[in-house]
Amino acid sequence: MDDKKYSSYVDKITPNSPTVKNCIKAFVSGGFICVISQFINGIFISKGYTIDQSALLANSVLIVITGILTGLGLFSKIGYFCGAGTFVPITGFANSMVSTSIEFKKEGLIFGLGAKMFTLAGPVVVYGTLTSVLVGIIYYFFGGGSVNV
Amino acid sequence: MSKRLGKQTVFFENPPKIVECSSVVGKKENEGNLKGKFDFCYNDSMCGQESWEQAESEFIKKSIEILLQKSGKTEKDIDFLLAGDLMNQVTSTTFGVKDYNIPYFGLFGACSVIGESMSLGSMIIDGNFADNIIAGATSHFCTAEKQFRFPLQLGTQRAPSSTWTVTGSGFYLLSNTGNYPYITDVTIGKVVDKGIKDVNNMGAAMAPAAISTLISHFQDTKRSPDYYDVIATGDLGYIGNR
Repeated sequence: MDDKKYSSYVDKITPNSPTVKNCIKAFVSGGFICVISQFINGIFISKGYTIDQSALLANSVLIVITGILTGLGLFSKIGYFCGAGTFVPITGFANSMVSTSIEFKKEGLIFGLGAKMFTLAGPVVVYGTLTSVLVGIIYYFFGGGSVNV
Repeated sequence: MSKRLGKQTVFFENPPKIVECSSVVGKKENEGNLKGKFDFCYNDSMCGQESWEQAESEFIKKSIEILLQKSGKTEKDIDFLLAGDLMNQVTSTTFGVKDYNIPYFGLFGACSVIGESMSLGSMIIDGNFADNIIAGATSHFCTAEKQFRFPLQLGTQRAPSSTWTVTGSGFYLLSNTGNYPYITDVTIGKVVDKGIKDVNNMGAAMAPAAISTLISHFQDTKRSPDYYDVIATGDLGYIGNR
């Protein structure tokens, strides 16, 4: 059996992830996180913060909650159920940093925790920044000629 | 006088004997189909240590300790120790065996280490270079996840085809004297890469090599599969078994 034939045979017998079920779970749980975030946002606005400030604070609250849940070993269980629902929002980003930190703390604070902390979050930062630059260039030339910083 | 059969097989004139074995596993393994068949179970996957790698070393220490105990031998009786694990530089095994004063070969063959250590051990014994050899392999789910996949606390889903690295350690005592079972011949497999790139589908990646080795074994020894009562491979998972 050549490589291609074997690959297609393996594809045929390998069970796929339950995509529809996972999408529904992600949609509901991701939406639920957004509702919570909006609720926190509302609290800050009612306390007299501006909309921009409130959005930042709401994000921070989610990051702290995720950090605590990850440290308690609960987030991996929630994430296993919710999938993209918890991984796509800022909770996923926070979890990727805290979980790596826990894993590599034993190898020291500098070369363990400090160096390995961004192994998962790093690519997000790199390509997020790169994409924003690309979008900025496109916007500069085709989006009205000026960029508001 | 050659002890070779065909292209990949060697046979032994004084077949080495498997005189004793020991197994130490983690909690999950002891809850499976082989529940209660192991010599020792660590319910704490950290084994009271500070890191997963140190815990893995504890598995090895314990396993060798039990093996020596069961066989009534001391480390002085053992000529060589052949063992390995999945970590870089075979870290866990090297630290696990350092307190035993036994000349040591650190092996890396990933999932094949157990077969590799027994094959080499048998050749050493049949070549009269040793009387007693300890051969074994170890892995730990947490060290493997940490080195090859993601942190344990990362909240992601596992693919349905993903396999679960064993947390456990198994060792054999091979000897030139003793009772059955004997190791009569060994077929060394080749690397067979069928181009499977899915890291979550280890079974599919490994199965072709298992088949290739079995076919070579039958060709070299001129036996047919009916000759055997049992033909066993390492665990290829649900997909590898298809």
